[in-house]
Amino acid sequence: MASKKCGKQTIKFTNPVNIISSYSIVGEKEGQGNFKEYYDYILKDDKFGEKTFEHAERKLIEHSIVHAIERAHLNIDDIDLMLAGDLLNQITSSSFTARQLKTSFVGLYGACSTMAESLAVGACMIDGNFFNNVVCATGSHFSSAERQYRFPLELGNQRPPTSQWTVTGAGCTILSNRSMRKCNQITMATFGKVTDYGITDVNNMGAAMAPAACDTIIAHFEDTKTTPDDYDLILTGDLGKLGSELFMDLMEHNGYKLGKNYNDCGQMIFDNNQKTYQGGSGAGCSAAVINSYVMKKLEKGEIKSVLFAATGALLSSTSSQQGDSIPGICHAVVIKRSE
Amino acid sequence: MWLMYLKVFLVGGFICMLGQILLIKTNITSSRILVLFVVIGAIMEAFGLYEPIVNFAGAGATVPITGFGRSLAKGVIDAIKSQGFLGVFTGGLTATAGGIAAAVLFAYIFALIFNSKTKKY
Amino acid sequence: MEDKNFFEKYQAYVEAKTPKTKSFPTLIYAYLVGGLICMLGQGIYDSLLAIFPTMTTEEANAWMLIGLIFLASLLTGLGVYDRIGIFAGAGSVVPITGFSNSIASPAIEYKKEGIIYGLCVKMFSIAGPVIVNGLAISIIIGIIYLFL
Repeated sequence: MASKKCGKQTIKFTNPVNIISSYSIVGEKEGQGNFKEYYDYILKDDKFGEKTFEHAERKLIEHSIVHAIERAHLNIDDIDLMLAGDLLNQITSSSFTARQLKTSFVGLYGACSTMAESLAVGACMIDGNFFNNVVCATGSHFSSAERQYRFPLELGNQRPPTSQWTVTGAGCTILSNRSMRKCNQITMATFGKVTDYGITDVNNMGAAMAPAACDTIIAHFEDTKTTPDDYDLILTGDLGKLGSELFMDLMEHNGYKLGKNYNDCGQMIFDNNQKTYQGGSGAGCSAAVINSYVMKKLEKGEIKSVLFAATGALLSSTSSQQGDSIPGICHAVVIKRSE
Repeated sequence: MWLMYLKVFLVGGFICMLGQILLIKTNITSSRILVLFVVIGAIMEAFGLYEPIVNFAGAGATVPITGFGRSLAKGVIDAIKSQGFLGVFTGGLTATAGGIAAAVLFAYIFALIFNSKTKKY
Repeated sequence: MEDKNFFEKYQAYVEAKTPKTKSFPTLIYAYLVGGLICMLGQGIYDSLLAIFPTMTTEEANAWMLIGLIFLASLLTGLGVYDRIGIFAGAGSVVPITGFSNSIASPAIEYKKEGIIYGLCVKMFSIAGPVIVNGLAISIIIGIIYLFL
């Protein structure tokens, strides 16, 4: 059997994996951002009717999964596997959601890169003929992330100008081997390496993750012998404004000039007037953007191929307090409209 | 009377501005600023440098957290005068007990009443 | 490529690219808000002395601080203080109200983890160092004073 591995880090699927359904849900602030008409559900209340922000985050993920399944005209019993992760300690939001849904569950942790990671792993599972329907989901909540990684919400401190705003939101994509006449497909996946250029400033995640994005995307181009011009859209996860500038400079330094087809989820998600400084971040950021804006653009045929490279910073509050630098990771998947 | 308020404003604002300069230049957390200012206040008081500022600007010098440091140092020195060696241990907390107890009590009460809200910006 | 030199170069490059807070306006805001909080303190202090003629200045000062601490805790609970903080920066951190905010905010935030292990344990997660270091320095000052 011919190997599906292509180059060092990339997998080329023999049968492109069909995306049969996607769903996005975001918080109020995100709902006022640039993609307000693309989201499937916008919260009016940040707690989503729950008592704590952690519960709200669980409900966000659960809501997105349940509605994505519904949209695919499936039952929960049809789902073979749930791949999910989030930012909270011990990825409780995902596992507690899985408890509710009673499907097989594999928890992933790729920080903010979890969406791409779950899509890549899920696509492998489908293309390998192991499962029929795989749910890939992730989410994050501004307030639960804030209280875990930073300060209490009511503390009167100023956010540094390099900081990003953790997105309240969740996204779910359902991958399937079901044949579809026309749909979005995952054709390739590149698994990234953990890259660390020694950035220690926890308020400057973009700078910490840009090298990882650069590493993975270059590996992808080299493995698949493609160039930036082969994609209609190259989308990094949540580098933010500063991070994407750094990323573009790094790419140029390595001989790849990114043009107008490059953008960043974190940079796009919020309006400039929303005072988020560098834009959005968090697992929910790329999950919400990819499952709303990107999927819908592909469906409409406005773009045909997307290289989606979500980035994550693999730090914990303990590691950063002990003075360790911030390791970054980036996984990439190629999403195309089927012919 | 109004001159006093002007002095309060100028001195109190100035101390806060020093904090803001630190915040911008070094990106340190507010917790460290508080620690630093308390220590500075206490040392200045010990050298007799803070009392003139209090006499000059009143609340402009006692309200900033440096005033808390001043109370700590002043309390210790006063307690040593009256109690001797024991004062080293009792002085600081005695002088600042009001502030700490109030902060704890009100925090306790309001924490029971209110819930935290998501930031809007 | 990935030697130490390269990392340092990258860090220096990031440092150069990083936007700095526009310092001048925030300095003014910090000055304004900080000054106003102090003036409020002075107002309370003067009113106390005027209303209670028997009160000593020390007592008035203590009551004034308690008053400000009460106000700050209340505003923290109402969700107003963090907004002032976004605007004022150190202007609302450095006054005693900032100390009060740093005790009340974790207390409110971690209430959901229980009264004892949440509220009470986390209450000093930010202000704790202030009290610890303040006490330590006062003891050092005391010892030096004793032997001089």
